[in-house]
Amino acid sequence: MRETFRAITRSQAWRSVFRHGLPLSNRTRAEAVFYNFFLHVHPAKVRRRSLKFTYTWGLGGLSAGLFIVLVASGALLMLYYRPSVQQAYGDMKDLQFVVSSGQFLRNMHRWAAHAMVAMVFLHMLRVFYTGSYRPPKEFNWVIGVVLFVFTVLLSYTGYLLPWDQLAYWGISVGTNMARSVPFGLGERISFLLLGGNIVGENALVRFYVLHCFVLPVAAMVLMGIHFWRVRKDGGV
Amino acid sequence: MSADFRAEKNPDAGAVPKRVAFIKGRTAARVRKEDEDLVMTVPHLVVREAIAFMAMVIVLALLSLFFNAPLEWIANPEHTPNPAKAPWYFLGLQELLHYFPPIVAGVILPALAVIALIVIPYFRVNVKREGLWESSRRRNLIGVCAVAGILSVLLFLYNVYAMLIPTLIVAAVMVTPAFVRRQGRILLWLGSRPLSWWIMTWFVIVVVVLTAIGTLFRGPEWSWTWPWKEIY
Ligand code: HEM
Repeated sequence: MRETFRAITRSQAWRSVFRHGLPLSNRTRAEAVFYNFFLHVHPAKVRRRSLKFTYTWGLGGLSAGLFIVLVASGALLMLYYRPSVQQAYGDMKDLQFVVSSGQFLRNMHRWAAHAMVAMVFLHMLRVFYTGSYRPPKEFNWVIGVVLFVFTVLLSYTGYLLPWDQLAYWGISVGTNMARSVPFGLGERISFLLLGGNIVGENALVRFYVLHCFVLPVAAMVLMGIHFWRVRKDGGV
Repeated sequence: MSADFRAEKNPDAGAVPKRVAFIKGRTAARVRKEDEDLVMTVPHLVVREAIAFMAMVIVLALLSLFFNAPLEWIANPEHTPNPAKAPWYFLGLQELLHYFPPIVAGVILPALAVIALIVIPYFRVNVKREGLWESSRRRNLIGVCAVAGILSVLLFLYNVYAMLIPTLIVAAVMVTPAFVRRQGRILLWLGSRPLSWWIMTWFVIVVVVLTAIGTLFRGPEWSWTWPWKEIY
């Protein structure tokens, strides 16, 4: 068993994929980081101090983890959901009562979304109270603030999609607030967002596109920059 | 062998922005003591990340098994629920809307908050992270009392008790170390907090209080409703 496993990890096929052997020596451990696309956001070595759980509380990493959960569960929800006034609510009912594990899927997506808003806020507090925004990390803090705004917007645009009373009036209250931006700008912003003066078919499609494409892509790009900056600014 | 160079530590980032080492003689520079204790990312960090992620997914899955996401009746533009509430993270703002005109509560205050957050790292007062009462005690005391006083009067005039009470409490705790002679550990610690710390702490407390009131304590017509009676 053990020998077979060893043989596999030494085979050319394995090598061609992973380019390194098992992480048994410090050398192969370092290689495991920089030959791996997903791990190379990390340096090969990290400070022991920054590993202490009560320093970061894992909050940034868990925010990213929640984002992954949201993308995965969201993609599955998209298979059953159609963004039209005729169908949206019925599709939610189908998810709850017809689709296997549909309710569970919806729950995962909903609770992860709420958790992410809170998690990102807490991460911001951690960064503040450890003073980790100070030079050279100041710009990464700014990227973080933008990420926080995007997180809230993602959650908010998703809120309309079930097209129930909660969704409809929650969005109406919010877009009415946007209307109060002065110089007629508010009216325009809200018109642009809703595709009209009321929350209707156009608003649903716009929120859907923002929620499922524009905002997640923008957030992913920003997260990429954020993680890259964490490294370039000298690590946590 | 005597040291070729000496690294000095100075907590004041403003006075010593960079560390400069002068290397005498022909020997290569050598750092005697690693000031950072490094460990391999694989396994130390990656294993922790994997465990944290899996634990989080388990918690989420349990939550999702036992609590269902809400789904009310189909949207009906003719029938406005009372109260009509935004999602919880906007209820702090909606609570403000109860006190201030929409332009203040919905635009100016949130915009100010975001701008304030963005400029935090560039607003380099007190780089030394000196406590408020360590030097220039009198000046700081007058400043803090003036700002807190003006803010409190404004909040009082608009009847924003939900912000006034936290503001007064924070201000009181803030100035206490300036007056007490014999300080225990907590007071010493509070006294050594810089101004930015106080502003952020005040901000967070206000945000939490407003959001909690908007979420749990507001019912029809945005009237005060105890959460054990009903949560809207
Ligand atoms: C989608 C949202 C976000 C994600 C996924 C994210 C992720 C991360 C991760 C994984 C780290 C590494 C350290 C850690 O885990 O704490 C980090 C560090 C950092 N984050 Fe975020 N973050 C987000 C939002 C924010 C926000 C809202 C801020 C501040 C306004 C921020 C500012 C920073 C800064 C300055 C660092 C460097 C901290 C240090 O070096 O100690 N981030 N972030």
